[in-house]
Formats: sequence, structure tokens, C-alpha cells
Amino acid sequence: MKFQLNVPNVVVALVAAVLILLPLYSQLSGNIFILTLFTRIVIFALAAASLNLIMGYGGMMSFGHAAYLGIGGYAVGISAFEGIGSGFIQWPMALAASALYALVIGALSLRTRGVYFIMITLAFAQMAYYIASGMSRYGGDDGLTIYKRSDFGGLIDLSNRVQFYYLCLGCLFGGIYLIWRIINSRFGMVVQGIRSNEQRMQAIGFHANRYRLVCFVISGTICGLAGALLANNTDFVSPAGMYWTRSGELMVMVVFGGMGSLLGPVIGAIFFLVLEELLSQFTEYWAMIMGPLLLLVVLFARGGIMGLLGRMSRA
Amino acid sequence: MLVLVEQSLNGLQFGLLLFLLAAGLTLVFGIMDFVNLAHGSLYMMGAYFAATFTAWTGSFVLGIGLALCATLLLGIALEFVALRHLYGRDHLDQVLATFGLILFFNDAVRLIWGPAGLALPLPAWLTVPVQIMPGVYYPAYRLSIIVVALAVAALLYIVVMRTRIGMLIRAGASNREMIGALGINVKLLFTLVFGMGAALAGLAGLMQAPILTVQIGMGENILILAFVIIVIGGIGSIRGAFLAAIFVGMIDTLGRAFLPDLLRKILSSSAASTAAPALSSMLIYLLMAIVLVVRPEGLFPAAKR
Repeated sequence: MKFQLNVPNVVVALVAAVLILLPLYSQLSGNIFILTLFTRIVIFALAAASLNLIMGYGGMMSFGHAAYLGIGGYAVGISAFEGIGSGFIQWPMALAASALYALVIGALSLRTRGVYFIMITLAFAQMAYYIASGMSRYGGDDGLTIYKRSDFGGLIDLSNRVQFYYLCLGCLFGGIYLIWRIINSRFGMVVQGIRSNEQRMQAIGFHANRYRLVCFVISGTICGLAGALLANNTDFVSPAGMYWTRSGELMVMVVFGGMGSLLGPVIGAIFFLVLEELLSQFTEYWAMIMGPLLLLVVLFARGGIMGLLGRMSRA
Repeated sequence: MLVLVEQSLNGLQFGLLLFLLAAGLTLVFGIMDFVNLAHGSLYMMGAYFAATFTAWTGSFVLGIGLALCATLLLGIALEFVALRHLYGRDHLDQVLATFGLILFFNDAVRLIWGPAGLALPLPAWLTVPVQIMPGVYYPAYRLSIIVVALAVAALLYIVVMRTRIGMLIRAGASNREMIGALGINVKLLFTLVFGMGAALAGLAGLMQAPILTVQIGMGENILILAFVIIVIGGIGSIRGAFLAAIFVGMIDTLGRAFLPDLLRKILSSSAASTAAPALSSMLIYLLMAIVLVVRPEGLFPAAKR
């Protein structure tokens, strides 16, 4: 792949450089807050990237991705609560639990298409929310405090802000690399082919739903990893974190950034969360501005930020 | 036995309320091919309007009447300003745009009415218990919800199946371009249908208001239940929405009432009290999963286009 010097690529390179050098700036300026904010952003970027895999490339509009954030988080929280502190056990459990949930929900939801799929993933995620609220042993509605972050022996210290940030960033880069490999593989081509024309792919002899389901499970598993990171970041998991508005926010990040572009979700997550931060400093009622803004983006800015940048470089 | 009758009536009442919400949603979807997440916000606005107008006028009936008109106007205004530009767009666009509207409405309500919930007190004549069977008393207000909702359902049936406007609505659902070509003002028809859906949502909200508190986000959980009902009943089918709504209302209410006791007979009491709340809130989703496995297109799908 030849690197072209056009606007989207320059912006992406700049963003990557900023993300890598951010802890340095934070140390030099003593601004700890910005590192906390960007740790959160990087984690949400990973979640949005996983959603983009099925939304942008698979054509599956999941409105229930917050469930995986919750499941990944609860896997870490519950193991810590029950005395299993090792990240080598906690994190694979988070991934396995998310994958299993995605397998069951995906197998059921993929029996339907289009708007049914949106409603059903939403409803199942809400079910997961109610189950989490009903787990009275693990805090129920109030959530579960995690007193000790995942322990990776002497390998990495998650309580160290900078080390944890770089771990999250590494997971994000790893996740994006994985997604890039997937969409350029034979498997990814088939999934994108099914998005464009399912009947034709069936006729060639591909079992469309199997490919879709595998893609759905991969996406859910990556999002579960984001959930495990998020739980370590906040030292807390609660049902509120998997409420359906969270799923909506993830979708908004994907669409703001540009659905179906590899790095769009990262840009979208930065844009959404920084905007939220700025607006909430300016007014308590930030959603009154964010809501109509979203309406305008949907009406007038198709392709999101990456789409706009792409048009700028062609103009 | 007494409890069973009472809980069944509660289930019926909840189901009918859900029907009012789901009917508007499924009408709008069936005719305009439009997914409206902000339907729950209209439900919430109906309740807030009712609480405000009742406090202003001092009369429950007057307050409710004004609130119904206000929700209808709000729905029409909403359609006129924002939503009509989204017809014919991707469902994803519609979902995101109306998600934005939910964010807006929630914060607008917080700004105007404050974060604390409101109460909508009932007049004295609606709080007396009514004897429905020998020895069985039931609150008059809940009974009146059942009566009103059944009346509205019947009215809806008559309007859709027996009047000229209903004929246009059905024609619009089966072929939009064609009725436009035949000289019907489709834009006006759509605005009308949307207003009707908004009024139904508002009615459901204001009838629920005296039972629960009027609060921000009250429309969201019930909206998801309405989605479940539409999925079970089949999109675009009012009959399906009616049957599925009553089914879901019954199962949810009876499940919450009796599941803990049933579980206690099978499991130890501590295990039962842990599992019961989670399981009873899962019941309707399990029902939806079963319907999906057996009939992915819903139990009563509308005729294929």
C-alpha cells in the first residue's frame, strides 16, 4: 500500500502522533486531566472501531454494543470481587464472556434484517442491562467498585497512569490493525460482499449468515476488551454504563467519524468526547446542543469527518 | 385467586397502555417507513404537559385535554421542522437523528421543569375502589385506563378500516408513490398520521403519569418494550401490535408478581430472591427470542409490499 499525501492521511498521521506523544505533554505541562480524558477517549475509540467493523463493513446496525462494554467490565469486576486479581485470568474471561454473548445474541438477531435488527439488538442489550441491575450480590443498580486493578505480575502496572494509557493505546492500535487485516482478508471481502448483495453471495455459494455471525462475534469480543479496559480505568462497573444511550453514543461516534472508514471511529470518538467535555464546561445542558448537532450531521454531512476530509482533498 | 384477578387486570391495563404507544410507532413505520426513537419523548412530554396543565387549571380533565392537544401540536411541529426531511433516508440515519432528538428533549425538560420528577394527583372521584366482582375491588383509575384504551383501540380500528382517511392510510402503507400519483396530498397525510401517533403516545404518557412519577427518561424503557411488541407482533400490523401488547403486558406483570413465589418452591429462598428479579425482567425478552426463532417476521406480519 503506497502512502499518499492527501488530507485524510495527513490528519490521521497527526492524530496518531498526538496520541503517542500525549503523555509527554501531560508530564511536561503537569496537566493530568488531559491524560485521563484521552485514556477514556482511546478506550471508546476501540469500542467504536469494533462497532464500525459490523456497521461499516458488515452492514449490521447493532444498537446494543454497550452490552459488551458492560460484560467485559463485569467480568473484570466480578473476578476481582471474588478474589481473582490476575489479569491473565480476568481478561481472557472478559473476552470469552463477550464472545459467548455475541454468539447467542447474534445467532438470534441475524435471523432478521434492517430495522428489526436495530430493535432486537437494542432490546437484548436492555435485557443485559436489567440482568446487571438484578445482580444484588454484585451491587445491583449501584454498581461494583473495583478495589484493585487487574494484576499482570511485574509486566505492567495498571495503576500507573502513563503505563495504563500506553496499554490502552496499544490495544487500540492492535485492534485497528486486526480490523484492517480482517477487512482485507478473504473473509472480510466476503462479509463486505454480503453487505452489498446478499443474494448474489448466497448464489455463489457463501453461507451468508455464518460469515455475518463470525464477524458479529469478532466485533463483540473486541468491544469486550474495551469494556475490560474501561472497568480498569474507572475502577468501577455499573449497569448505568451499559444503558442503551451508551450504545447510541457509540453509533454516533462511528457516524461522526465516518462509517466504513478504518480510522473514522477514532476521529469520531475524539470529536464526540472532546466536544462533550467542552460543552459540559460551557453549560450543564450540553445535550441540548449535541442533539440538534447530531440531527444536522445526519441531514447534511454524510460520510462524517473522514468523508469531509476526503472531499477536501479531491476538491 | 383475588391476587390473580387483580394482577391480570394490572397486566391488561399495562398491555393496553403499551398498545397505545406501539400503535403510533407501528403506524408511522408502516406508512412512512420511518423509525422514530423520539416516540418515547412524546410519551414523556404528554405526561409533563398533563402535570403542568392540571396544576394551572386545577382541573384534571381540562389538564388532560389540553395536554393531549399540546402533544398533538408538538408532534406536528416536530414532523414539520425536522422529521419530514428524513423520510426516504436510511433507517440508520433516522435512528441517529431521532436519538439526537431524545438527547435534546431530555435536557430541554431538565431545563424547563428541573431534574426532580413531578406528580400528577388524581381527583377524588378517580381514587375510589370499584367493586368489579363480589368481594373484588379494583382502583377506579386503573379501570378507567382500561376503558379509555379499549375505546381508543376501537376508534383506531374504525378510523383505519371504515373511513376515507383510513383507506388513504392503508393505501399509503401499501404503495406510497401510487396514491401520490392519484392526486392525494401525501405530505399532509404523513403529517396527519405522525400527529395521530404523537397524540397516542402522549395519551399513554399522561394516563401512566398518576401511577408512576413524571420524570426524565420515563419514555425510554417503555419505548424499548414497544419495540419488543412490534417485533413480536410484526412491523406495520396494528392487530399484531394489539395482541402482542396485551401478551407482553400480561407476561411482564404476572411474571413480576408470581415468579418469585414459584422460584421459591423450586430453589432455596436465598437463591430465589437473587434470581427472581433478573429472571422476571428477562421474561419478555425470552419471549421475543422464542418468537424470533419460530417466526422471524413476527406473529401477525402485515401484508407484504
